[in-house]
Amino acid sequence: MATEVQGTDAVVGEGEGVRRRDFINIAAVSFAGVGGVAVLAPLINQMNPSADVLAQATTEVDLSAIEEGQAVKAVFRAQPLFVRHLTAKEIAEADAVDPSTLRDPQTLEDRTVDGKKQWLITMGVCTHLGCVPLGAGEGENRGEFGGYFCPCHGSSYDTAARIRKGPAPKNLVVPPYKYTSDTAVLVG
Amino acid sequence: MSFPWAEHYTPKNPVMKWVDERLPLPRLVYNAVGAGYPVPRNLNYFWNFGVLAGVALTIQLVTGIILAMHYAANAGIAFDSVEHIMRDVNSGWLLRYAHANGASFFFIVVYLHMFRGLYFGSYKAPREMVWLLGVVIFLLMMATAFMGYVLPWGQMSFWGAQVITGLFAAIPVVGEPIQTWLLGGFAPGNASLNRFFSLHYLLPFVIAGVIILHIWALHIPGSSNPTGVEVKGPQDTVPFHPYYTAKDGFGVGIFLILFALVLFFAPNSMGHPDNYIAANPMSTPALIVPEWYFWPFYAILRACTMDFSIPFTGIVIIPAKLLGVMAMFASILLLFFLSWIDTSPVRSGKYRPLFRKFFWLLVADVLVLGYCGGAHAEEPYLMISQLATAYYFAHFLIILPIIASIERPDPLPGSITEAVLAKSKNKSDAVDAVPAAAAAE
Amino acid sequence: MVRFLGGLVGLFFAGMLLLSFIWGAVSVVPVLSEHGKLVAPTAESEFHEHPRQVAWSFNGPFGKYDEAQLQRGFQVYSEVCAACHSLHQVAFRSLADLGYNEAEIKAIAKAHQVPAIDPNTGEATTHEGTPADKFPLVYPNDVAARAANNNAIPPDLSLMAKARHDGANYIHSLLTGFREQPAELLRKFPDAKTGEGLHYNPYFANLNIAMAPPLTAEGQVTYGEGQPKPTVDQMAQDVSAFLMWAAEPKLEARKSTGVGVLIFLIFGTVLAYMAYQNIWAGKEH
Repeated sequence: MATEVQGTDAVVGEGEGVRRRDFINIAAVSFAGVGGVAVLAPLINQMNPSADVLAQATTEVDLSAIEEGQAVKAVFRAQPLFVRHLTAKEIAEADAVDPSTLRDPQTLEDRTVDGKKQWLITMGVCTHLGCVPLGAGEGENRGEFGGYFCPCHGSSYDTAARIRKGPAPKNLVVPPYKYTSDTAVLVG
Repeated sequence: MSFPWAEHYTPKNPVMKWVDERLPLPRLVYNAVGAGYPVPRNLNYFWNFGVLAGVALTIQLVTGIILAMHYAANAGIAFDSVEHIMRDVNSGWLLRYAHANGASFFFIVVYLHMFRGLYFGSYKAPREMVWLLGVVIFLLMMATAFMGYVLPWGQMSFWGAQVITGLFAAIPVVGEPIQTWLLGGFAPGNASLNRFFSLHYLLPFVIAGVIILHIWALHIPGSSNPTGVEVKGPQDTVPFHPYYTAKDGFGVGIFLILFALVLFFAPNSMGHPDNYIAANPMSTPALIVPEWYFWPFYAILRACTMDFSIPFTGIVIIPAKLLGVMAMFASILLLFFLSWIDTSPVRSGKYRPLFRKFFWLLVADVLVLGYCGGAHAEEPYLMISQLATAYYFAHFLIILPIIASIERPDPLPGSITEAVLAKSKNKSDAVDAVPAAAAAE
Repeated sequence: MVRFLGGLVGLFFAGMLLLSFIWGAVSVVPVLSEHGKLVAPTAESEFHEHPRQVAWSFNGPFGKYDEAQLQRGFQVYSEVCAACHSLHQVAFRSLADLGYNEAEIKAIAKAHQVPAIDPNTGEATTHEGTPADKFPLVYPNDVAARAANNNAIPPDLSLMAKARHDGANYIHSLLTGFREQPAELLRKFPDAKTGEGLHYNPYFANLNIAMAPPLTAEGQVTYGEGQPKPTVDQMAQDVSAFLMWAAEPKLEARKSTGVGVLIFLIFGTVLAYMAYQNIWAGKEH
C-alpha cells in the first residue's frame, strides 16, 4: 500500500494543487494502514485465554483430609498444585538451612502463611523446564533433600520446596492463595 | 507482458534490486498488479469485483484459520464449540459472524463478477481460459461453502449434509454406495464432520491456487473492457497502478461498508434460524433450504418432478430425482462451454441489442429461480421454477447460438480511446448546452 | 458440434421442464377450481399468525439491553421456565451482564446443583454450582425429558431467540398467544381439533403446542420495588428480552463496535474516493 503514493507524481499536474493532492493520497493510504492495524487487535487478542478459561482460574483445596507427612496433588490453572502437610522434623530441616547459601534465597516463613508454617502450597512444576517433580505421591522419590525430585534433569528440592541441587534456577513457585477457613484454601 | 509499451520494472532501492536479481518477485507483482500492467482506460465499476473477490477470499482465509483454532470438529461437541466461540473467545463473535457473512459476500461479489463477464462477453476468445478457470473457482467455492455450512452441526448443517450427499444417491447402481462413502456412514456423523472440516480447510488454498492461474491467464491477453474492442495502442491503456489501485481502493471501501452493515447490525439475516438448533438425526426441519447463494440451483433441482419415460409403457429411463440432479449439475457445467456456444464476434452486450434483451431476461430468470429455491416446495413456486428452469437451459443452449447468427450488432467504436472521447464529448456538449455563467466566464 | 450437442441437451431439459410445468398446471386445476387457490388450504396456512412486533430496547443500531428488564426476565425464567427448560450454553458468570455483582452470582450459582465426580469414590454426583459453571440440564437426557413431559421434549432455551424467526417477538407472542381454538377453524377443518395434551396457539408453527400456558395470572412472579406491574404481557416481554440476551450476549458490543467501524469506514471511503478522483484527474475515461 505504501507505494501507492509514489506513482501519483506521474498524474498530478505541476502547480499549487500538487501539495493538497499529495496530501489526500497520503491521508487515504495512512487511513487504510490505521484500519489494517486496528483489525490486527482482535486477530491477536483471540489467542488469549477465553472467558471460560479465566473463570476457572481459582481452585479450592480442602486441607482437613491431609495428614501430617502427606501431600496431595490438586489442579490449579490446569497445572499440578502440591499441597503438603509438613512434619515437625521437615520444618526443622528447612529452618536449619542458612538461606544465604541457597541458589534462590528464601526461608520457609517466606513461603508459607504466618502461623500455618506446616502447610506448604506450591506449584508442581519444576522451574527448570516444567516437568512435574516426584515426591507428592505416596512412596515417590523425594530426592536427597527430602522434598521433591524432578526426574527429567535431576533437580532436587528440599522440604520447603527450595532448589538445592540440579539445573533448576528457582524454588517451586508459591501461587497466590488465601485461607477461607482453618482447613480450606482458595488458590488464585 | 503482453503489451510492448508496458513499463519495465526498475528497482527503486538497493534492497529491492538485490531481491529482484535473486528472486524476481517484486517484478512479478509489479507486472501483475503494479504499473507494469497496462489496463484499458475505460473500465467501469463492474471491473472492481475481481479485486473484491480477492478481498473476500482473504477475509475468509484469515477468519477461517482463526476459527479453526477454537472449533472442535467432533459431532459431540461441534455445536457447543461454536457457542464457545460466540460467547467466550475474545472477539469470537466478531470472527465467526465475519466468516459466516463473509461467505455470503464472497458469493455476492463473485456473482456480480460473473454477471460482468456474461454481459460484456469476457468469456469470449481470447479469454476462454480465464472464464474456464473462473468456473472451476466457482465450483470449488460451492463445495467449500457447502462443507463449511455443515461444520456448526446445527439442524440445517445436518440435514443439508444428508440432502446434498443424497444427490449422489440418485446415480444408478453406484449411487448409494457413493453416498455412504461420502458420509463415512449411513447418515451424517462424526466421520462426515471430520472429513468435511479437513476439506473445508484445504479447498480455500486450492481456490487461491486456481486464482493465481486465473490472473495469469488474464494477463496473457490483458483485461477486457466495456466496449469489447481490443486494446490498439498505448493511448487505450493506463498502468494498473496507480489508476486502478486507486479505483479499487474506493471499491473496497464501499464493499467494507456494506459488509460492516450486515456483520454488525444484521449478522443472522442471511442465515437460517434452524441452524441454532443442535443437529438432531431424529427430526427434520419443516423446510430444508441451503444458504441463499445456492437457491437458484436448488430450485432447478426441485423443478424436475417428472420421470423421463417412454409414454404409455411405464418404462422409466431417467427417474425424476436423477433428472433433477442432472439438471442442477448441467446448469453449472454448461458454463464451461459458453465460449463456444456464443459465437457472436461482438463481445460487449452494449452493442448487441437482441442479446441484451435476452440477457436481462436471464438475470430476472435467475432471480426468480433464487426466490423459488428459498420457498417451500409447493405451488406456485414449483410451476414457476419449472418455467424458469426451462428458460435457463433454453437461454444458454438454444437462444444464445441463434442470436449469434441472426443479430445485427450496433456499430462498434474504432477504438477504446474513440469511445472514451465520444463519451466525454457528449458530456461537454451537454454542459455547453446550458447557457449559463460558465459560458460568461 | 458443441453447439449442436448443446442444443440437444438444451431441448431435452427445457422440454422436460415444460412438460413438468404442463403436468403441474393440469394437476393444479382441480385444486384451483375447488379452493380458488393453487394449494389446498390447511389449518396452518389459514390460521398461523406472525409474531407481533414489540419495541424492544435492543432494537436498532444503538439498541442496548435494559438491565432491569433482563433481571426481571431472569426471575421469570428461574421461577417459571426453569422447571422444564434448561439454559445450558449460559454460564453463571455471564449473569454479570445483567448487573448482578459477584456475591449475587455466587449465590445464584450455589442454588443450582451441577454434575460432578465424587473425588473419593469416582461416582457421578453433583455439587453446588460456582460462577464458572453453566446452567445445568433439567433432565439428564432426551429420554428422561420425554418421559417427564408427555412425550414432548422441552427445548433448551439458550439459543431460542435466534433459533426461531423473529425470535424475541416470537417468544413474546407465543407466551401470550394461548387461546381457545376458534370456532371458525373447527368449522373449516373439523379434523384439525387440538389433540389431547396439546394447547392451541396461533403463533406456533403447527398451531398446537405441547407446552401448557406457562404465564397465566398477573403477579405470578413478584417483582421488586419500583418495577412495573407483573402482568402476563409484562412477564412475557421480560423473559423474551432475557432470552434474547441469553442467545446473543454480545449484542451491545457488536452494535457499538459496528457504529465505530462504520464511521471509520465512511471517512476512509470518502478519502479513497477523493484520492481516486485526484489520481484520475485530467484522464478521460
